[in-house]
Amino acid sequence: MLVSVLNGFSVGFLLFVLAVGLSIVFGMMDVLNLAHGALFLCGAYLGATFAGGWGGFLGALGLAAVFGLVGGGLLSLMTEPLRKRSHLDQALLTLGVALVAAEVLAIVFGDDPLSVAAPPGLNDSVQVFGVSYPTYRLVIIGVGAVLALAVYLVVERTRLGALVRATVADREMVSVLGVDNRLVKAAVFAIGSVLATTAGVLGGPIYGARPGLDATVLILALVVVVIGGLGSVRGALIGALIIGQVDIVGKYLLPDLSSFILFAALALVLVLRPQGLFGGPVGTAGAR
Amino acid sequence: MTAIEAPTVPGGAPASAPRVTRARTGIIAVAVLVVLAAAPFMLAPFATTTLTRVLVFALFAVSLDLLVGVTGLPSLGHAAYLGAGAYAAGWVSINVTAEAPVPLLVGAGFGALAAALTGWVTVRSHGVFFLMLTLAIGETLQQLADTWETVTGGANGLTGIPAVRLAGTPLANAGFTYWYVLAVGVIGFALVVMVARSPFGAALRGIRDNEPRMRALGYSTARYKYAVIVMAGAVAGLAGALLVAQQRLVTPADMGFATASFALLAVIIGGAGSLWGACLGAALVIIIRDALGPSLDGHGTLVLGIVFVLVVYLLPRGAAGLRIYRRRR
Repeated sequence: MLVSVLNGFSVGFLLFVLAVGLSIVFGMMDVLNLAHGALFLCGAYLGATFAGGWGGFLGALGLAAVFGLVGGGLLSLMTEPLRKRSHLDQALLTLGVALVAAEVLAIVFGDDPLSVAAPPGLNDSVQVFGVSYPTYRLVIIGVGAVLALAVYLVVERTRLGALVRATVADREMVSVLGVDNRLVKAAVFAIGSVLATTAGVLGGPIYGARPGLDATVLILALVVVVIGGLGSVRGALIGALIIGQVDIVGKYLLPDLSSFILFAALALVLVLRPQGLFGGPVGTAGAR
Repeated sequence: MTAIEAPTVPGGAPASAPRVTRARTGIIAVAVLVVLAAAPFMLAPFATTTLTRVLVFALFAVSLDLLVGVTGLPSLGHAAYLGAGAYAAGWVSINVTAEAPVPLLVGAGFGALAAALTGWVTVRSHGVFFLMLTLAIGETLQQLADTWETVTGGANGLTGIPAVRLAGTPLANAGFTYWYVLAVGVIGFALVVMVARSPFGAALRGIRDNEPRMRALGYSTARYKYAVIVMAGAVAGLAGALLVAQQRLVTPADMGFATASFALLAVIIGGAGSLWGACLGAALVIIIRDALGPSLDGHGTLVLGIVFVLVVYLLPRGAAGLRIYRRRR
């Protein structure tokens, strides 16, 4: 049981890294990036390719950051011509991109699932309260917590963060103040994508890398965003930790029907607070 | 989109079409049906099987179009209801009876049931938010099929489904299965057309065009949305029953993200709201995925993804929109 709770935390922090980018891009620009899962998978495959030593792991992290920047920038550019059309068209565009990206990854890396070894020194277990537990997952909890704090500080305490929050609150007003909306969007898109690919590399030793993983993590991230509320960093963190626990403990208690528990959590939050736990007023939650 | 624009949307106001056009549509419909009915005599068995898959997917796409095009609710979770119908029809065929109307009714019933159990969560949302919720719901249902091995067979799927029996005789070859799928598909299509043309369908289009206004007029829009979600689920379940009649197997992949996105692609290619367009879009999708796929080394999905991106950029109203657009100029 303790192992399950710890697993829930490690998955939760990983989900936060993945979901916060999705949440901010959606909250700010009303662009639902359905290619977010494909970016995660891209990072996972990078991690699988370079797995082995610390050099490979850090190299994969660096490459993943570059991929994320380029991918996010491209996505931002691609959705730009559709800015005047409905938000749905932009989401559909990213859906098409996600299908293409997943297929390209399947062509390059094959259909077989790849397992990824944790870097040396982290690939054994330690004793936690008398239970042996994989070191790497503990490290993920630590790294996730640090990243969560970093994202929180950037969004809450810096000028860029203030700009992001202002754009979430009132996009037109920000552009009236003379800030180029497109640049903010491209920057946020790029950062969100870097977080997704980073989560992919970090998640490699836990999830492995396989076709179909992109859809699985995308759904978890979407549920996190719905539960936490759009565009809220705090919401993404709390939502991710809840879903991490629900997913892992659910699998532990009811292995056959664990997806029902996920759905139940989603439904419960939507009935009690349709805007999510930390979302704004109801009107802004439904993308108009 | 304002209410004034509404009639220009394909399929928006079929009832008020001039009599000449309606007669012409009728003639075209009969001609298409005759060609479709005669197809197994002219085609090789493989082509007949592909055409059967087209018909199944077309019925599925039409049921999705009831949500996307008619009511304006873009769903990415609709494949889950197809899967619910397919698993239920398959299970009944194995364990109870494969006698003709039974798998169909069970499939449609379970499609509706799955939609009724999950759809209520989404009725207060719309637009991209609806897309996101349905995606999450569809994927959780797919995972249920994947993990509930005692009933669904897990990742291997439900195998050994017997052929459909019509008055005690199993439909042994591809041609008979094709006619069975065609007959049921036409009935399903007619049902969806009837719903779309009824006063209820008019209310749905009202919700699509201006939901706050419909609410102000006294319509309980959430209830209308719930009703149409359940109806679309039933038709999708019917399509699922036809799917198992054709492939005699159902796996979690049949109800996944890819199936749902391809159905949405079919609807968008055809032009959301045009039920005929959805059928043509479905034909294109299945031909690329199943007929051209093998020659592309199994990567038909790649081509479909590229088609998806191009359609979003180039055909904002879908293929059916091209004609309308030109006429308005």
